[in-house]
Amino acid sequence: MSQQIEQLRQRLCSAGEAAGGTVRIMEVCGTHTMEIFRQGIRSLLPANVKLISGPGCPVCVTSQGFIEVAVRLARQHGVLAATYGDMVRVPAAAGSLEQARAGGARVQVVFSARDALDVARENPKWEVVFVAVGFETTAPATADALLLAEREKIRNFSVLAEHKLVVPAMLALLEGGQARIDGFMCPGHVSVIIGSEAYRPVVEQAGCGCVVAGFEPLQIMQCLTRLVEMAAEEVARLENVYTVAVSAEGNRRAQQLIDQVFERGPATWRGLGQIEVSGLRLGQAYRQFDAFERFGLTLGTEPEPPGCRCGEVIMGNIEPPQCPLFDGVCRPTQPVGPCMVSSEGTCQAWWKYHRVRV
Amino acid sequence: MIEEADVAARIVLAHGGGGELTDELIRGQILPRLGNPALNLLADAATLEVVGAALALTTDAYVVQPLVFPGGDIGRLAVCGTVNDLAMVGAEPVALALAMVLEEGLDESMLQRVLDSIASTGREAGVDVVTGDTKVVEHGRAEGMYITTTGLGRVLDGVSLGVDHVEAGDAVLINGTIAEHGLAVLSRRKGLSFASDLVSDAAPLAGLANALVRELKGVRLLRDPTRGGVAGVLADLAAAGHSVEIEESAVPITPTARAAADLLGLDPLTVANEGKFVAVVACEQADRALALCREHRLGTNAAVIGRVTDRQPAIAELMTTIGGRRVIQKPYGEQLPRIC
Repeated sequence: MSQQIEQLRQRLCSAGEAAGGTVRIMEVCGTHTMEIFRQGIRSLLPANVKLISGPGCPVCVTSQGFIEVAVRLARQHGVLAATYGDMVRVPAAAGSLEQARAGGARVQVVFSARDALDVARENPKWEVVFVAVGFETTAPATADALLLAEREKIRNFSVLAEHKLVVPAMLALLEGGQARIDGFMCPGHVSVIIGSEAYRPVVEQAGCGCVVAGFEPLQIMQCLTRLVEMAAEEVARLENVYTVAVSAEGNRRAQQLIDQVFERGPATWRGLGQIEVSGLRLGQAYRQFDAFERFGLTLGTEPEPPGCRCGEVIMGNIEPPQCPLFDGVCRPTQPVGPCMVSSEGTCQAWWKYHRVRV
Repeated sequence: MIEEADVAARIVLAHGGGGELTDELIRGQILPRLGNPALNLLADAATLEVVGAALALTTDAYVVQPLVFPGGDIGRLAVCGTVNDLAMVGAEPVALALAMVLEEGLDESMLQRVLDSIASTGREAGVDVVTGDTKVVEHGRAEGMYITTTGLGRVLDGVSLGVDHVEAGDAVLINGTIAEHGLAVLSRRKGLSFASDLVSDAAPLAGLANALVRELKGVRLLRDPTRGGVAGVLADLAAAGHSVEIEESAVPITPTARAAADLLGLDPLTVANEGKFVAVVACEQADRALALCREHRLGTNAAVIGRVTDRQPAIAELMTTIGGRRVIQKPYGEQLPRIC
């Protein structure tokens, strides 16, 4: 493998040279972010090729308002909150879910939406709320659990959901124009669901190259090489180097699940603000499972923690060490913002794999 | 309902994860109150001079869930962990003390199984339980059982191990494949019961580790990469001022463990082991150390995985299989599988 990697690296370097100025490539997938760091891929790139970690970590893009609602729900409504691992550590004004649990609230980490439903089955006396975040990867699983709950008449189960759609965020980033992006490494898992053709608007309307990649170092290097070559040729194309798993049209069944249970609407993203048609809320027929309705909750517009620049990190405007809180006030042991909380967050990835203690 | 103002500092699960947060707890709360020259070293076991004899003393609490996992149970773990901590300071185990907290309602058959396992693992390690204590708490106040084992050892003559002895140029060696204990336990936890043939590596290492330090004067440091994994040991070396360079391709790992770690989004270097040690050995004795390990059944897959360098400021670095470089850090705390 290393020989193929070396050949790609040489191609990438000559394309980088041909491109002249800085080539800025954004990945929008937390797993890509982690793999790039874990494999040391940055150390293989020429100085003028910059990798930016965009809004690809589900925990990181979750709005502060949603975090506040989730923590309030766990602390004040006597429910059992079930959620994905990293969500328990994101700080809200009243502490994180992890701290709420240490203070007596019932918070359970689950590994899938169906596990959350199992928790509801096993705890019939508790209102179990699945705090659901994530992109098109986790949304079908939430939909599946909810349909199952409906079929089996599991009434103590509800969902506090803030699922998001990747492509509208990519378009918003390009249209917002704060950070120049020369190409997108398109997410592996999300693309399995939505299909590679979903990125067509990014290429044709916004003129930005897109390459779908898996998570093996070889694929990541292939993807980067193609994107830098496109930048050198000054063309934008849609390509897919992850054809083993990603088809043009994606997974129809999963898409149907999303469409059946959710409706598309505006959503608030950390750093990016509100983006039209970028989120999923429960459709009319499933509102009885909506924890917002069941517990009379409203999504606020609480500010992000003071001094936290996660939003700018997610948009690619700054790199983590440029945030004054990085590695001082904000560390994985006492995170201020979600990018330091999440194991897929850009700040934690920098802290873990890129930081050199001086 | 919990009062809104109730955000006082509390212990969270991650304080017990063996990562940065555990360090903060030890250095911020325990050492300022209990610190003394022996404790401050934070070695796997304390070494003490008692009426002319060099003794080693260590204690560990076991709260593993589930109580029985592929390749072992809480009893085997309790003996191995304590024996291994003694072995890591160059001591041979002399005796064990055992304290058990049992939960009301625990099946007697489970207790018997665990006690049998303690006995057989003790025989394997050549050590007996010579004293103990048993308490029972109300149902709901413990998860089946908790065990604490205390180990007394005798430091082998002339042996002195420690991070102070480490020198640039030394080889870093491990006695076999990594990450199996942590992954085997995780695989049996609720919600993660993916089918696999992962088996915990829990094993008493005193035989092999004692032989190594008896034979080779060039063994500088032994550490068992339990919670925090190999990454934790390497990060500690860096924190003590010694840079290390590790070749990812040289780190032994089974394809099953690699696949399971990938599936869970875990870096295998950060996953717990219970039958492994990381040894720092003088470069010229590395080959002999490797040969000694490979002759022993607990060292057949031993490998030299990297070396100590004089780079300053000190960092632990991984040379990845594809030729990249990255920093090796201690994990934060609790290991949480990723969500996407």
